[in-house]
Amino acid sequence: MTTMQRLLQLPANAVNMVKSVQGGSQGQEEALSPVLTPDSGPQNWYNAVQPEELRHLRSGGTGGGGEGSEDRPGLEEGLTSLQSQPLRHDDLKEMLDSNKDSLKLEAMKRIVAMIARGKNASDLFPAVVKNVACKNIEVKKLVYVYLVRYAEEQQDLALLSISTFQRGLKDPNQLIRASALRVLSSIRVTIIVPIMMLAIKEAASDMSPYVRKTAAHAIPKLHSLDPDQKDQLIEVIEKLLADKTTLVAGSVVMAFEEVCPDRIDLIHKNYRKLCNLLIDVEEWGQVVIINMLTRYARTQFLNPNINESLLEENSEKAFYASDDEEEEDKKDEVAPLAKRKPYVMDPDHRLLLRNTKPLLQSRNAAVVMAVAQLYFHLAPKAEVGIIAKALVRLMRSHSEVQYVVLQNVATMSIKRRGMFEPYLKSFYIRSTDPTQIKILKLEVLTNLANETNISTILREFQTYIKSMDKDFVAASIQAIGRCATNIGEVRDTCLNGLVQLLSNRDELVVAESVVVIKKLLQMQPEQHSDIIKHMAKLIDNIQVPMARASILWLIGEYCEHVPKIAPDVLRNMAKTFTNEEDIVKLQIINLAAKLYLTNSKQTKLLTQYVLNLAKYDQNYDIRDRARFIRQLIVPTDKSGALSKYAKKLFLALKPAPVLESTFKDRDHFQLGSLSHLLNAKAGGYQELPDWPESAPDPSVRNVEIPDWSKCTSRKDRKEKKAEKPFYSDSDGESGPTESADSESDSGSGSESASASDESGSGSESGEETESEEEEEDEEEEKKKKRKKHLDKTKAKKPVEESTESEQSSGSEERKRGRKAVKNQKSASESESESESSESGDESEDESEEESESDTDIRKKKTPVSKQPPKQSKKESKKETQEMSLLDLDDFEPAPASAPVTPVNFMSSSLVSDLEGLSLTDTILAPTTITPSGSIKMYELLHRITGEGLAVEYCFSRQPFSPDPNMVAVQIQFTNNTNSETKNLHIEEPRLQCGMRIREFAEIDVLSAGESVTVVMGIDFCDSTQAANFQLCTHTRKFFASIQPPVGELMTPVFLTENDFKKEQGKLMGMNEISEKLTLGEKCVNEHVIVERVTATANLSRVPCGSDKECSTPPPPPAPVYRFAGKTVSSGCLVLVTVSTKEGGRAQLTVNCEKMLIGTMLVKDIMQALSQ
Amino acid sequence: MIHSLFLINNAGDLFLEKHWKSVISRSVCDYFFEAREKAVEPDNVPPVIRTPHHYLINIYREKIFFVSVIQTEVPPLFVIEFLHRVAETFQDYFGECSETTIKDNVVIVYELLEEMLDNGFPLATESNILKELIRPPTILRSMVNTITGSSNVGETLPTGQLSTIPWRRAGVKYTNNEAYFDVVEEIDAILDKSGTTVFAEIQGVIEACVKLSGMPDLSLSFMNPRLLDDVSFHPCVRYKRWESERVISFIPPDGNFQLMSYHISAQNLVAIPVYVKQNISFFETGSSGRMDITVGPKQTMGKTVECLVVTVHMPKVVLSANLNATQGTYNYDPVTKILVWDIGKLNPQKLPNLKGSLSLQSGAPKPEENPSLNIDLKIQQLAISGLKVNRLDMYGEKYKPFKGVKYVTKAGKFQVRT
Repeated sequence: MTTMQRLLQLPANAVNMVKSVQGGSQGQEEALSPVLTPDSGPQNWYNAVQPEELRHLRSGGTGGGGEGSEDRPGLEEGLTSLQSQPLRHDDLKEMLDSNKDSLKLEAMKRIVAMIARGKNASDLFPAVVKNVACKNIEVKKLVYVYLVRYAEEQQDLALLSISTFQRGLKDPNQLIRASALRVLSSIRVTIIVPIMMLAIKEAASDMSPYVRKTAAHAIPKLHSLDPDQKDQLIEVIEKLLADKTTLVAGSVVMAFEEVCPDRIDLIHKNYRKLCNLLIDVEEWGQVVIINMLTRYARTQFLNPNINESLLEENSEKAFYASDDEEEEDKKDEVAPLAKRKPYVMDPDHRLLLRNTKPLLQSRNAAVVMAVAQLYFHLAPKAEVGIIAKALVRLMRSHSEVQYVVLQNVATMSIKRRGMFEPYLKSFYIRSTDPTQIKILKLEVLTNLANETNISTILREFQTYIKSMDKDFVAASIQAIGRCATNIGEVRDTCLNGLVQLLSNRDELVVAESVVVIKKLLQMQPEQHSDIIKHMAKLIDNIQVPMARASILWLIGEYCEHVPKIAPDVLRNMAKTFTNEEDIVKLQIINLAAKLYLTNSKQTKLLTQYVLNLAKYDQNYDIRDRARFIRQLIVPTDKSGALSKYAKKLFLALKPAPVLESTFKDRDHFQLGSLSHLLNAKAGGYQELPDWPESAPDPSVRNVEIPDWSKCTSRKDRKEKKAEKPFYSDSDGESGPTESADSESDSGSGSESASASDESGSGSESGEETESEEEEEDEEEEKKKKRKKHLDKTKAKKPVEESTESEQSSGSEERKRGRKAVKNQKSASESESESESSESGDESEDESEEESESDTDIRKKKTPVSKQPPKQSKKESKKETQEMSLLDLDDFEPAPASAPVTPVNFMSSSLVSDLEGLSLTDTILAPTTITPSGSIKMYELLHRITGEGLAVEYCFSRQPFSPDPNMVAVQIQFTNNTNSETKNLHIEEPRLQCGMRIREFAEIDVLSAGESVTVVMGIDFCDSTQAANFQLCTHTRKFFASIQPPVGELMTPVFLTENDFKKEQGKLMGMNEISEKLTLGEKCVNEHVIVERVTATANLSRVPCGSDKECSTPPPPPAPVYRFAGKTVSSGCLVLVTVSTKEGGRAQLTVNCEKMLIGTMLVKDIMQALSQ
Repeated sequence: MIHSLFLINNAGDLFLEKHWKSVISRSVCDYFFEAREKAVEPDNVPPVIRTPHHYLINIYREKIFFVSVIQTEVPPLFVIEFLHRVAETFQDYFGECSETTIKDNVVIVYELLEEMLDNGFPLATESNILKELIRPPTILRSMVNTITGSSNVGETLPTGQLSTIPWRRAGVKYTNNEAYFDVVEEIDAILDKSGTTVFAEIQGVIEACVKLSGMPDLSLSFMNPRLLDDVSFHPCVRYKRWESERVISFIPPDGNFQLMSYHISAQNLVAIPVYVKQNISFFETGSSGRMDITVGPKQTMGKTVECLVVTVHMPKVVLSANLNATQGTYNYDPVTKILVWDIGKLNPQKLPNLKGSLSLQSGAPKPEENPSLNIDLKIQQLAISGLKVNRLDMYGEKYKPFKGVKYVTKAGKFQVRT
């Protein structure tokens, strides 16, 4: 476009304005013109412009009369501009040199317009570069545009501008700093690499996140300019990866991907942060991060489908299997299957899946696709389904988006057909769709076809065959062929349909049908000789070479099915041989050869004739083939040994072709990638790694010391606070960014997180001191130490205390004091209790109270350790606290990973109270026993994953007073950090239908080192399904799940023996489950059995009420134990009978209306008793 | 990432180029032209074209091809989505995205492209940030600019880029505070010959025009949010609130934007507002055909169907049409072979009918397939899915805004097979 044209497009008065402006400069031009001789001037210019412009000029020249018009007075405007073109750059230079901003702006606009049109404006460089320091912001911007475009070509001159940018880098305004860095890094001048490096490094630690973002953008620029800087740049990337702001995250990951995508180790420490920030990152950054994290997860976690995928693969192989080789593979693979341990998903893996899921709702198709591929590659099979809906939604978007999405859906639908089946109709084709979309939809429909939906799909295909779009019709016919091969039931239907198409008027349709029929017939040729006959007749009408060739091949291959027609066809073809296409000629030769071998009497001469024709063909392939075949089939004295085998060679049984999708196995490319789309590796594509055999150490992702402590300046912190992600109000997921708050309210907050990670050493009472002592130590070392420590506690403790009491802060001391008091109290309590119950059986008397079980240990321990019981009371208290580390379940001091002592348990359970009552009116005393033994604690949240917050729970077996239909779950929180945790509460319970949760009251503050126990109620609906929910603190959310053992789903019921028998009579048949078992060695006496049963299930013993039995003091030789309870939620009776026999054998019977509960209970009790 | 961008018009002229990294010769577009020629229809140009050294990813929009040059692996959707965002930005700035407007505003276009990508990676794509950086041209401003020589580049620095709410600029002020929401639903359907529904679904969007001062925090709730099983949101919407409470809570961008889109899938029953009785037949002899189309209301929920248009893509052999419409006008374009019957308002008492004969090219075989009919229609004051906005609440600001909700149902890809 010439200036004139540009001018003409402006409003009329605007043109005048500009003209008047230009008028001035033109006057000057005229003054200058004598300098330029008429000859040399344009000549120079011709050299400068690109050929394209020349063309323009010429075409314009012919219209306007060319240079001849130069002298004419009263020129038309168009000619003026044409003629002034040689001088235009000069006038631009003048405008740029003037001191009026408006002129400069006008000049720059024209220059930029030239650049936009791809014209060369490089000769203006000196004039433009001078204006880099211009005050006018638009001029400045346009100069930047120019610089970035041409600096590479004019490196020396470009250096003139550098100092301006360097000044800009020091500007107090962050936006100016950022833009200076942006331009500086964009002008690809090698000399300034060191300056760029310096600028990037400086900007990477700038306090403005926007400048840091720009620094991240500059990294790949510098890397492409000078790859030698890689090592230094990686350092910068590492630093920026640790950045906590959403603004930087996307850009730095982009830089990471471009510079050092293989340095996966840099991600470890930032993994959790990236996951948590993801939702607040801008959309383009999200795409890059998600794609990178997909790769990361593939290297760090285990395949969630490990067991299924093996099974699936096997079944698939069996389906397709034709080789023996595969069989062997199968065997090899089955073996490890058996060995594999049950799969447990890494919480970090889960974190990634959870945090990406909401992004499926993004408006940006690229983000949705990124999440979809992440789920496809990483999620357990059962969860992948959620992406289908979002992908189907994208199909409504622009046709380019549809194209890409359909390609990916086609690949996915091969592996996971079930996922898209509900959306089958969304892939129906409209006549207005572009052909390429139609063909992709067809592909998906074919992949989705199975026995159940094939009739609908075929009906749909029938309408497609009638379409006007012939390419699409051809694809539809192929699709029908594929459905027919894959689904045996419809093969005949499809074949009939295709045969009908043979009479179609459109040749293309017929040809395509022939080709497909040929493939289908190969599968079962015997039954279809009539179709072959029919096709033989068609050969006169079909002109499409591929189709003719296919028919000929069919006749040749199955010539024994059509012995009469075949020679006739050959005769006809011999006539037209010379006019056929090459592929047809080859098939004619083949047909001739095959007929010669089977029916040489009739066809000998014909074959010779055809071979002779072929001998002189223009195509050397055909000549070669003819020569080859002649040698092979026509026996001569010279013919080699091969001719004997001619028949075997030609009439060998050919395997039927497998019609399969072109999208099969494309998923070894990361979905959504360019490489996947092209089905070829694109430059810079990072392979999606295979799952590791065993997971690498997950602890690498534990963050030790957040970098907060480094940026301590007040100002900085303020800025950070302002950047708090927008969404943070509704959820605490944004994690690290958020902890900026906690930072400001606790003085040493920066260390809080680290402390929480390091010091969370379970529930030791001496934890504060210990953690402080060992803060700098590695985690593992610490564990070791702790073990050692345990052994020596007794001796070491007092010393330690005295030495460390100085270090520990006041608050800690106070706390310890408090604890000591508490301990003392509970100690005395337990003491008295144990004393009072000494008369009875020792183990019987234990209540669930934790401290008591401690005393029990103490009792066992005391003989080993110091003897005097009374005076060392306090000390032994300490010891018991330490000992709580031990697993109390089986009374053996085995070290457990992180057990907890529930602190303020309510004394003995209600059950025992009730039983105590029942004691009064029934006769027996010692047989009714409270469920004894300590209660098993389960871990809800480990202190490492909980960042210092440890949570455990147990089933307290108390009735849950607010709602009797709920199971009471006692939860104990222990804060192992150095800072307080606030607002502990539950959010977003995800429950199976019917299940309910009664949350505990929010815990406002849990100060450092403290433990709190609360009780919540869960109605499990009498199922052992887990209740899932999120445990929230003021900063974080943790995913938690409580799964009850079946025995905890019931409460004891008091029944007399007669009642029991009556009820049992009602629950016979299906509701009775009976198993024989051998009692374990230890189950010798009555109360062990009772204890074991009641420990397994929350039941109460039915007093053995028959008077006769009770009147005889010694227990009967074959005692029967009965237990009764009812399910918490629905109140169904659960009756358990254990009848012992001689020789330690026994029979266990459970009667319960809920058969599932019954079965599970039988299993559990059996296990408990046979130990 | 994105290396260069070329804009090419329908005639194959390359009228704008922009490079973000080193310059790539425009000859790379020859591969594109080749593909373009092969595709015949512009719709059929493959979005991704492979060349020996580069990959071309293109979109076709408003009769312009946006061809981007890629050198290394990048998610194709990333580029496609970005190019569409560019086109939308142009539309936003210049009212339409056409060759002429781009050529007229070439400097602004260039400035925009410069801001949108840095080294090929998207930098500022939010229209509200861009508008702070580069002011959109208005007639008045371009006049003033020509006279005074002042610029269209913002004097202030784009603070929006730094905020956590990048889609809204600070310090918005209006005298009339108003917020309008248009619930627009489109019916995508395929009906077969007999009029039964093969497939139908509803695609809905909520377009918002919010002109409120300050930093309002809005929440929009529905009477029946359960209808929406698949939604996607503008980034301003808080996912969590939606998930837990089914309330759309957001700080709106200033001006027009699409708040959300939703999809009511084929599993639900979709009301089809009109039925079509058609009879199109071609005769073997005499090279002619007959056509008879009647449109009538089906499930309109008592509302009037407006802007009813029937479009038929005729087979190639149809030369002309001699028809008689009882209502509206028809027009047959013998070049594109498209018959458009513009009916207008549907009168249930007197159903519109189009009847007459088609003349075919003599000698050519009669077409096997009858052309399918594409229906376009509009129903005001009705969201066909039954979705209803319950209330709109505003927090964070003191004034009382004016609030308005409008419902429209349209036909999307509504096709009747014949």
